[in-house]
This record gives sequence, structure tokens and C-alpha cells, in this order.
Amino acid sequence: MFHLILFLFFGAICVAGAVNLLVQSHPINSALSLIVVMGSLAAEYLLLGAEFLAAIQVIVYAGAIMVLFLITIMLLNAGKEERSKGSRVATLLGVPGVLIGGVLVAWTLLHRSDMQSVPIGALKGDPKDIARLLFHDFLLPFEVTSVLILIAIMGAVVLASRPEAEAHGARKDEG
Amino acid sequence: MTPTLNPLLWAIPILPLAGAAINGFFGRKASRNAISAVALVFCGAAFAVALWIALHFSSASSPYYFPLAHWIRAGMFSVDFDFYLDQLSLVMLLVVTGVGFLIHIYSVGYMWDDDGYYRFMSYLNLFMFFMLTLVLAKNYLVMFIGWEGVGLASYLLIGFWFTKDSAAAAGKKAFIVNRIGDFGFLIALFLMIKHFGSLDFTHVLAAVRTLPTETAGAGLLTAIGLLLMVGAAGKSAQIPLYVWLPDAMEGPTPVSALIHAATMVTAGVYMVARSSVIFDHAPTAMTVVAIVGTLTALFAATIGIAQTDIKKVLAYSTVSQLGYMFMACGVGAFSAGIFHLMTHAFFKGLLFLAAGSVIHGVGGEQDMRKMGGLRLYMPWTFATMGIATLAIAGIPPFAGFWSKDEILWRAFGASWVYWLSGVITAFITSFYMFRLMYMTFGGDDYRGTVAQEAHGHGGHGHDDHGHGHGEPHESPWVMLGPLVVLALLSVIGGFVGYGNRFEHFLAPVFQGATGIAPETAPESASSTLEYLLMGVSISVAGLGWFLAYLLYSRVPQLPARIAAGLGGLYRTVANKYYIDELYAVLFVKPLIDGSTTILWHGVDQRVIDAAVNDSADAARHVSDNMRHMQSGNLRSYAGWVAAGGALVIAYMVWMGVR
Amino acid sequence: MVPLSYYLVLSGILFACGVLGFLIKRNIITIFMSIELMLNGVNLSFVAFAAHWHALSGQVFVFFVMVVAAAEAAVGLAIIIAVYRTRETLNVDQVNLLKL
Repeated sequence: MFHLILFLFFGAICVAGAVNLLVQSHPINSALSLIVVMGSLAAEYLLLGAEFLAAIQVIVYAGAIMVLFLITIMLLNAGKEERSKGSRVATLLGVPGVLIGGVLVAWTLLHRSDMQSVPIGALKGDPKDIARLLFHDFLLPFEVTSVLILIAIMGAVVLASRPEAEAHGARKDEG
Repeated sequence: MTPTLNPLLWAIPILPLAGAAINGFFGRKASRNAISAVALVFCGAAFAVALWIALHFSSASSPYYFPLAHWIRAGMFSVDFDFYLDQLSLVMLLVVTGVGFLIHIYSVGYMWDDDGYYRFMSYLNLFMFFMLTLVLAKNYLVMFIGWEGVGLASYLLIGFWFTKDSAAAAGKKAFIVNRIGDFGFLIALFLMIKHFGSLDFTHVLAAVRTLPTETAGAGLLTAIGLLLMVGAAGKSAQIPLYVWLPDAMEGPTPVSALIHAATMVTAGVYMVARSSVIFDHAPTAMTVVAIVGTLTALFAATIGIAQTDIKKVLAYSTVSQLGYMFMACGVGAFSAGIFHLMTHAFFKGLLFLAAGSVIHGVGGEQDMRKMGGLRLYMPWTFATMGIATLAIAGIPPFAGFWSKDEILWRAFGASWVYWLSGVITAFITSFYMFRLMYMTFGGDDYRGTVAQEAHGHGGHGHDDHGHGHGEPHESPWVMLGPLVVLALLSVIGGFVGYGNRFEHFLAPVFQGATGIAPETAPESASSTLEYLLMGVSISVAGLGWFLAYLLYSRVPQLPARIAAGLGGLYRTVANKYYIDELYAVLFVKPLIDGSTTILWHGVDQRVIDAAVNDSADAARHVSDNMRHMQSGNLRSYAGWVAAGGALVIAYMVWMGVR
Repeated sequence: MVPLSYYLVLSGILFACGVLGFLIKRNIITIFMSIELMLNGVNLSFVAFAAHWHALSGQVFVFFVMVVAAAEAAVGLAIIIAVYRTRETLNVDQVNLLKL
């Protein structure tokens, strides 16, 4: 019972944040709503017993990735969204498509599947257990993702750096 | 008579083929002398081999045969490249190689100045190859190869001066009309394959001998016989497929002599004679052959009266004489038909070659109204052509008399109608031939001008002989030599038939031929009747001569007045009874129109082209519309993805629900 | 006791919101954030299933998803910055040079 109330509470916050992301016109507001979503999701993870993941969610997602987003928004001085000619396909086909898909999935899940319950904190997500899995069974993916991050860093640096001519020009001004 | 193996047989056709190949591939840059040498040597060699075989021929060891190679082996049915020689083939062989060789020699002189000289000699040799294949074949299919091949050679040679529209058209006409006949021939072959399982002469004819005679008027053998006659009518220019032969005069005169007088057109007669057993067992078919031959002979002769082109007269004369040969075969006198074939080769070949000499001498003119008095300028031509005319008119003791009289005698034995028609035809033949002689050689004044060089004959300018124009001249000896030889043959050629020797020689081939008038029966009939009929035909020939003399020598204004008086009738005959126009309206135009509207516009353009073009258009339209998907707009892409995803989810849900 | 399907429905709602955001929003950065929202929705369903089936590897998978999402976010934002430099706009409708 308690579990359900907590679930519904945090679920509501999640959905509210997601909807707010859609509704807001300034990207900064959307970013902040997303942070709210991240946080409530962390709470959901805790309800499911994934402590380690909840912590990681807050640290990495809400803490690092969203900060990155915020920095970019501020760097680029993104303002309110202007009205622009959207895509007819997106609105006519896509939105109904998504809604239909979502409704179908929800309907299926709620009416057809067995209503197996998940007890609160069912699975203990100890860091120790996760670490054991990570460094034994999933060692290869672990190492590969580290390489992936390295490449991503290099890529981001290269992509975001100023072009050579500008750099020279800038240095000339300075010099 | 035991069949004997004779390896020489296949050499006879191959020699001219080699000559044709050498001249065809290497002749373009070769000298005239080299080309002539090649052509004459190979043709002459074939003739020499034929002579050798003839001299060593013995009826006891005939027929000779030689299997060259396997060809078709299809289960129970097989056809091979086999060669065969019996008495009938021997006669044909000697005629083809002998007359052919003479005409080759003549062509050296006639075509010397032509640009396509090497091509001409190559085609002539090629024709010899196919004709010899036809004559020496052991089965109907190899004969058919020769049959088609001579048709091809005929097309090539008629349209030799292919830059001339009329020549090209004439070549096409000959080939196409021939093909119509070939269609009949092919169906006959199919029937033979189906019912006898073979096309070999010995097998088929032996099988036919065992079948009963179809007196009811219908049946397998009648069908085969009639279809074979269709093929023969096409190849040998009988009604209704004769229309190509007069047009074929567009070709050079040696071609007309060789192909359309002496050899190719006789292939039909040869084929009918070879199949004599089939016709014997199908009286209806045989009657049809006789009727067609008789009608054609009379019909063509009447057209010959009003022709003004010297070669056209001879062309219709050929059709008419071929009619005689078919009439002979149709009454069962196969050997008489072959006899007339042989003598006809001599005198008709001579007539054409002499006509060529005349044309050569007057600088290319072919209209007889522009000739006259040529006997003073071309005595040798005049003499030889005169001999040939006497022969064709049936005046003894020249060759034509013996063979034509034999036919008339045998025709009388079948029915007096055939005989009467033949006699009337003989009268007309004599008339128009002497008319030709008088118009061309008679009188004292030459009505034309020699400076006719530029037109008509493909511009092969053989009029630069260095002497003054305005005078017709005699031809060189390379052309006159063959004329003399043929004239000699026209005189003595008839004597081989004396005392039924020819008939007895060919008897083993036609044994068992009963027909309408059995080979042996007339011998028992009274000889007074025979002499009486002989007298009738001689007097009729004389009458024709006299009439021609009257109209064209004595009172030259008379023909024009008669023609004016007869008006429409004369015009109809002069225009060949408008048969060509009739065919054009009945067959040619509907075919071309149908082909244009239905096949070209309807099928080719609207169905086939449309299918290709429309499928290309459809692809283009589809891609044109699909193009709009690539708008560069990120959100539309996402929209498509979302829609597609929704579809997939819906499908999965539906599958799960089921 | 919360039925599994509730978690999945919540995950589905989050995912749908992410797709909707992708379709509706005009600012590139906002679109990118909707992608992150989608990823989070998926993460939630992974964890829910992990708890349901008592399989810890589900959580490990989420771990990896997060790592990849981080890398992707870094690179993606770098691209956005580069695009902004050339196009001077963050409006996705004006970044449409790749069209036929």
C-alpha cells in the first residue's frame, strides 16, 4: 500500500515534469523540468531496490549530463523558441502515431499481462553485487565503453573547437 | 540395281562452293582474271566430275549414294547429309553443270565491266552449289536445303544491281512468292515425317508404293501431292505463283538464262518427277498438276504475244514451257517432262544468252520496238537465236520438236482437251517467238540508237568499246562461244529421245508409274495416229511462223491496227491481265495495312513500347513522389519513424491478441 | 505491492512524451533533451524487469545505457555547437540542407 502511494507520487512528478518539458517554450525551463524527471526516476529506482543505480542516476544524469545541457544552453544563448513552419508529417502522422502506440501498449500491459507484483525493494542492488557482475560477466562491455567515452571526448573536443582561421585571427587580435 | 557407294558425289557440290567462298572473301581486291579463273575452274571441275560419272555410269550399279555426315538424330527420326545419284539425277546433273558452265563462260564476257564482278561470279558459284545439292540430295530435307538455297541465290542475283529500286523489289518479290510455295512444301514434308517417319527417298517412296491408290480423291497421298505441287508452283512459276518470274528479268541476263530458264525453275519439275510414285497413287493430285500445267502454258503464252521487252517475252515463254513440263508429269509422262526440261534448258538458255548478246550489242536497250535489222550487225547472234527459235517452236529436226511432240502425244492419250490446249499453246509459242525474231532481227532499218548506255543496266558502262556509237555490234567470242555450243545442242539434243531411248533410260526411276497415261501404253497404239498428231503440231508451228511473218515482216502496220481494234482486250493482255494489280489489292495491300495498323501501331507501339515506356514512367513518378520524403526536415523524419513504430506496435499487439 | 505493468506503463508514458517532444519542439537542444527523456523511460523498464525477474544484469545494462547516453550527449552537444556556429540558429527547421 505504502509502496503504491510512493510509486504513484513519484510517478506523478515524473509525468508532470515530462509534460512540462513539452509545454515550456524556453529551453532552460525544459532542462530544469528534465532534472525534476531525473530526480523522481532516481526515487523510483530506490523503490525498486536499485540503490546503486539511483545514486548513479543522480550523479551522472542529473548531475553531469544535465549540467552539460545547461552549459550549452547558456553558451549558445538559446532564447525562446520562435514560431516556425513545422513539418506537416510530424504533426499529422507522428503525433497521432505516438499516441496510438502509447495507448496500445498501455492497454495491453494493463489488461492482458498477469498482474504480478513487485515488492518494494525487491532486489537488492548492492554496489558489491553490481561490481561483481560488472567485472566478471560484463568485463568486455565495460572496457569497451571506456574506450567509447575516450572517443566521445576526443570527438567533442574536435567538433566544438573553433576553426583554424578564426583561432589565428583571434590570436592576432590578442597578440 | 544395287546401290553403290560413290565418294565423288559430294565433291560435285563442294567445288562450286569453294569457288564461291574464295571469290566471296578474297575477290574484292583480286584482278578480273583471277576471279574469272577461280569461278570457271571450280565450275568446270564440277562439270568434269559429272561427265566422268556419266561416262562410267551403269544402270546395274545405280543408284549411287554417299553418306557425308550425320545431321538430325531425334529418337526414331533421322536425317543425314546423304547424296544420291540415279538416272534422273544424272540427267539433271549434266544439264545443270553443263549449261551452268557455259553460262559461267558467257558471264565472264557479259559482266566484265561491272563493278561487282567478283560478287556476281561468287553468287553464280553459290547458286551452282545449292542447285547441285538439290539435285544430288538423297532425302527431301537436303533437297529442301538446296531448294531454299537456290531461292536465296536467285534473290541475290535478281537484285544484283541493288541500288536500283526495281531490281531490289523484284528480288524481294521472287523470294517472298517462293516462300509461299515453300510453305506448302514444308507441310508436305511434315506429313511425310509423321506418316512415314523418314524423309529419305528410298524409304518414303518404297512406303508409298505399298499404299493403295487413292481413287476416292482425298487422303494422305493426295494431300502430300497437292502440297508438293504448291511448292513446285512457287519455284517453277506456275499459276498462281508465277508472278515473280517476269519481274526477275531485272537481273543480269546470264542470271535469267541460268536460273530462270535452265535450272532453278526446273527444280519444281524435278521434285515432282522424283515424287512420281506419290502422284501415281493420288490421281486427283496428278490431275491438278496436269490442269495447272496446261492452264499456265496457255495463259502465259497469250501474255507473251503483247510484250515489247525482249526478256519479258522470254520470261513468259519460260513460264509457258514449264507448264508443258507439268502437264507431262500430270498425265504420267514423267520422262517426257524431263526430256522437255533438258531440251528447254538448251534452247531457252540459248535464247536468253542471245538476248543478252543483243542487249549488249545495242547498248542496253531491251525494247524490241527500238530494234530491227540486227541480223546485219550481229550475224552469229542471229543465227544461234534463230536455231533456238526453231527449236522452241517445235520444228523438226530441232530438239524442241521431239520433246514437245512426245508430251503432246502422251497428253492426247490422257485426254484430247490437254492435247488441244497444248497445240494451241504451241501455235501461240511459235507466233510470239517468230514475232520476236522479226522485230529484233528482221527488216533492214535499225529503229533505235546505240547511245543508250547510261540507263537501266546499273550503269556498268560497257559501251566504251572504242568504236563509233550509233551502230550495234556483235558480241565478243567469250560470249558467242557458249551460244554456238548451245545451238549445237539445240540441234542434236533431241536425238537422245529417238526410239524411246530416253524413256527406257529413265524407266528404272519411274517404274511402277501407272498414272493417267501409262508409260508403255501408247507404244501399242497405232502409229498412224501418232504421225497424224505429229503432223498437226508441225503445221501449227508453221502457221504461227507464217502469221508472225505476215504481221511483222510483210505488213508491219497491221499489228498496231489490230491492237487498236481490239482495244480493251489488247490492253488487258498487254498488262498481263492485271494479275499483279489484283494480287496487290487482294493480298499485298491488306497484309501491309494490317501489319501497319495491328502489328505496328497496335502491338508494337501500344503494347510493347508502352510497356517499357510506361514502366519507366511509373518508376519515375514513384521516385518523384518519394522524393518529397527527403525534405531535410528533421521532424518529418521523426514523424515517419513514429508512425512506423506505431504500426509495428499495433501489429505486435494484434499478433499477441490473436 | 505495485504490479509490474504499472512501472511499464509509466515507462511508456515517459517514452511517449520523449517522442512527442522530438516531434513538437523546434529548438535542437530541447529535442536532444527529449531523447534523454526517452532513454530514461527505457531505463525504468529495464530496472523494473530486473526487479521482477530477480536478475541483476538488468541494472548493469542500465549502467551501460547511462554511460552511452553520456557519451552521446557530449558528442551531440558538440555537434549542436558546431551547427550553431555555421547556421547561427538553433531552429531545427532551418537546418535542412540535406534535402533533395
